[in-house]
Amino acid sequence: MISSFVSAVGRTILAVIQVTGRACLLLKRILCVKPHKKLFSLFIVQIFQLGVLSLPIILTAGFFIGMVLSLQGYYVLVAYAAEENLGSMVALSLLRELGPVVSALLFAGRAGSALTAEIGLMQSTEQLASMEMMGVSPLKRVLAPRLLAGIVTLPMLTLLFNIFAIWGGYIVGVYWMGIDSGSFWSVMQGSVDVFADVGNSIIKSVVFAFIITWVALYNGYYVIPNAQGISRSTTTTVVVSSLLILAMDFILTVFMFGM
Amino acid sequence: MSIKKVSEKRIEFWVGCFAISSVIALVLLAFSIAGVSLQGKGKSYTLYANFTNIGGLKERAPVKLGGVVVGRVENISLDVDNYMPRVRLSMYANKGYYSDTSSLSIYTSGLLGEQYIGIIPGFIDEESEMLSDGDTIEDTKPALILEDLIGQFIYSLQKEG
Repeated sequence: MISSFVSAVGRTILAVIQVTGRACLLLKRILCVKPHKKLFSLFIVQIFQLGVLSLPIILTAGFFIGMVLSLQGYYVLVAYAAEENLGSMVALSLLRELGPVVSALLFAGRAGSALTAEIGLMQSTEQLASMEMMGVSPLKRVLAPRLLAGIVTLPMLTLLFNIFAIWGGYIVGVYWMGIDSGSFWSVMQGSVDVFADVGNSIIKSVVFAFIITWVALYNGYYVIPNAQGISRSTTTTVVVSSLLILAMDFILTVFMFGM
Repeated sequence: MSIKKVSEKRIEFWVGCFAISSVIALVLLAFSIAGVSLQGKGKSYTLYANFTNIGGLKERAPVKLGGVVVGRVENISLDVDNYMPRVRLSMYANKGYYSDTSSLSIYTSGLLGEQYIGIIPGFIDEESEMLSDGDTIEDTKPALILEDLIGQFIYSLQKEG
């Protein structure tokens, strides 16, 4: 009984190491090669697919999260007669945590799953194999532009998310709760630092973007080639990348703001 | 690739819009939300001051004269020779210079607010000199510590009673 439990633990650890190793090898094969000659135009198409098409969900979510944050923050702050600080509370919590994390989670759900399903279907219908037959490397032609586009896109989405969320917070705070517009902005400007807050927000979202696209491409590339396999891979992408984002966010926060 | 060749121009247009709007977002975040000003800090000079107690003073706290920000706390360290906190202030040169009879005190904005340094400009006569870069302000008043105040209050009550 005990020995079977111990070997189950060992099996899980070995499987995790195996997956990590295969994912790292895949990353190396994507990045450490001479780039495809049409990489830039493929990259633009992927920015459209991953970025522009994710805009509606990111912007709507940002707007509502900003409004809710402002509403809830107001009720706490007004108890201490500190409601003038609402602007700094909204801006700091968005820039430091909610902006990068929530837009990364939405990106994982919207774009990460789409990437996995697309590449998984290409793999199961042997499109990738036939590309290789024609002497076109699917890693260079299909995976590399998606990885780069993902890394570039999510920080841009996060910036827009932050702007819309602060705008939503502003609308609730100023027009609904009646906080003075001038003090909302001046308190915000007094507490937000460009490098410590805006800069770290961008660094966080670059890291999250890398994690999401990497996980999505890995799960798509090593899909079990049938309908159930694609659905399982898509689920794994969303679950694993969401958990990795939250874990990584904790680690990054400790290094950025915890010391 | 599911996107047809015909719509390539439109893809480029939308990606361009997306890129431009995210650059605008970055600029907005930097200038209107983080409050960076293009004119920069301007010229500043450094003053030092030793306090007996700085309370909750933090780096980047403002130095105010009658409510107007005239400088910032740049660094807080401990002067090991006499075991006193030593504060380095970066004073804005365009807000003027002060005589060496000026004094500094640590105030709190509001009941629970941040602490800041108030500067009270001193008189100017034949014996006083203007403070310049690297000088130390001698006349400082420490931060009010609430616990000490309560302690003194109780002590004075006991003496009377």
